[in-house]
Amino acid sequence: MRWLLVKDLQLLRRSPLVTGLLVVYPIVLAVLIGLAISRSPDKPRVAFLNQIPNGAGLDLGGSGFSQDEARHQLCAKIECVTATSREDVEQKVKDGDVLGGLILPADFISKLQAELGTNSSEPATVDVIVNDDDPLKSQVVDDRIRSLLTEANLLISEKISDVAGNYEQILANGGSFEIPFLNQTVRILGLQKAEQILNEVEASLPPEKRAQVSEVSDFARLARQNLALADSLLSSIRQPIAVDRQVIAGSVPPLDTFAVAVAAAITLLFVTVLLVSGSLALEREENTYTRLTRGMVSRTGLLVEKATLGTGAALIVTLLMLAAISPFESISWSRIYLIVPAILLAGVASSALGLAIGAAAKEVRASALLAFALALPVAFISLVPSGTVSKGLLDVIHVIAGVFPFRAAVDALSGALSASGPDLGLPLLHLALLTLGYLVIARLALRRFA
Amino acid sequence: MSQATPVLEVEGLSKSFGERAALREVSFEVGRGELLAVLGPNGAGKTTLLSILAGIARQDAGRIERTNGEIGWVPQQAGLYRRLTVEENLRLFARMEEADDIDGIVDRMLDQTGLEERRHDQVSSLSGGNQQRINIAIGLLGDPSVLLLDEPSSGLDPSQRVRLWEFVAGLAKGGTTVIYSTHQIEEASHYGDRLVVLADGETIFDGSFAQMRRAAGPRPKGTVADPENDFVRFLRKQGH
Repeated sequence: MRWLLVKDLQLLRRSPLVTGLLVVYPIVLAVLIGLAISRSPDKPRVAFLNQIPNGAGLDLGGSGFSQDEARHQLCAKIECVTATSREDVEQKVKDGDVLGGLILPADFISKLQAELGTNSSEPATVDVIVNDDDPLKSQVVDDRIRSLLTEANLLISEKISDVAGNYEQILANGGSFEIPFLNQTVRILGLQKAEQILNEVEASLPPEKRAQVSEVSDFARLARQNLALADSLLSSIRQPIAVDRQVIAGSVPPLDTFAVAVAAAITLLFVTVLLVSGSLALEREENTYTRLTRGMVSRTGLLVEKATLGTGAALIVTLLMLAAISPFESISWSRIYLIVPAILLAGVASSALGLAIGAAAKEVRASALLAFALALPVAFISLVPSGTVSKGLLDVIHVIAGVFPFRAAVDALSGALSASGPDLGLPLLHLALLTLGYLVIARLALRRFA
Repeated sequence: MSQATPVLEVEGLSKSFGERAALREVSFEVGRGELLAVLGPNGAGKTTLLSILAGIARQDAGRIERTNGEIGWVPQQAGLYRRLTVEENLRLFARMEEADDIDGIVDRMLDQTGLEERRHDQVSSLSGGNQQRINIAIGLLGDPSVLLLDEPSSGLDPSQRVRLWEFVAGLAKGGTTVIYSTHQIEEASHYGDRLVVLADGETIFDGSFAQMRRAAGPRPKGTVADPENDFVRFLRKQGH
């Protein structure tokens, strides 16, 4: 047992690449995950621009909100990153420094006031700026904004309920109130007093009492009008604030399509990388590499053969997977002319990565270990949306994700599967460049392969 | 020196790996149907010499001339796909060699190796000796005029070794020139027409086993007649 352990350690010592990766890779991953956890903001970072003039606040029948109070409430839920202009908000969103942008337009309060006070048809609107480069992030932003607006609407409706409560008291007991903006005071008889009057006239209705009956009639009319006002008031309580969602960059496919693209890309990546790296490493393990490259096939020819094998497998496996998903998720087979090139390029890039791994690892088991160690975490890291981690960490993640074909494959497949997905051009170019880079690495590694 | 018409001439071959000289101006020639044993202790340069002759490695200096035909090469460890059958391996490599009559050559190799009955067996199920026979058969697929064997009997038991050398001797009788490396003097004395002895990358002997034994000088009293003792005595006399 002891000598077996010594032998295994000796083998590891003689495979410095694998040993180094075994040690370094978990450390790098642990650091990245640790940073992501420790530096991930508890509250989402949102660029906040307040264009409402100083001093303006919402007045609800003597009650309401000041701007400071509104900002305090808002920034308790999100991390408000103050922006100086709309352009500043857009830049921060574009850079991934913030999850999204929230702009309160200058006319927001006046529109809200009008909406609540009258039957205004123009809603008070906040502007939400998002970067739809990622369906997951898009979902996060939508959820956050929806949650914020629900809270804001609830807060306003609570204030309105207080005001409505006063109206109710007046309607029941009588009194007076002021109509906002009209500076007009209205005196209300109240149902209680009306009842008293009706009791008085109940016994007899001589002609001299007609004025009192007329007063009751007036009250009934006013009560009806007030109830009509209450209807519109209740309508505005439901959703006094609306959202104008603006996308500054990127196009996002439906989340279901994105999920299909992710699943397809993961399958494609694993199958291709494992197959190609193992297949190349096997040539060395079986001692056939030297025999083959002695004149039967060139080294580059061998790489091309393995890449062809991997790309063919990627095409078959991915198409089969999409076919299997078809009964559950609608696949746009009419876009097959885009789906096939996306799979082929993702397959050839993954194959090239497999070649580099196989040529570097030299052994089937080591190549399989390397393939798993690289592909799985990279797939997860590649799906971290911008704005959910700090900018510095996001840059590191982008660099790591950018040198592996997974993210580009997801984008290419998303674009191919859905018309609302990202443009195909950039991800396909990215995959092509990665293919070239990995082929060069694999070709260089083959010099020390035999 | 070769008595037959030379099919391969090697002159002044040198090769270094960094500071270490693996071959120093090695020269010899070999004739048609000759069995040439390249002999020497471990690290003498035998595998390097065969790798250069096979075209796998490139010499730093010197030249190699061959009259006609291909050079077949058989690596020390069998270069076979163990999960393929005997026939599938032969067929694959015959196709890679772009042989004209694939079926014919596969049948011929199965007949030569005596593995006709096991043609559908996976290579992994064969003994080391049988795997080595297929390994050699693949080296012969291109119908080479010269066959290079790198320590072909290593790892084989005595009976497997005997069968292997009978097979190789049959090839030589058929006109194939065979150059093989070994560090087993007994095999070289039995199956080699000629020996080229390398030590520290240099050729220290080129001739028959009998000539080498004579060059080693008289056997000390009390020692038995043994090719290994003769070879060690020869090396010591040469300062190795």
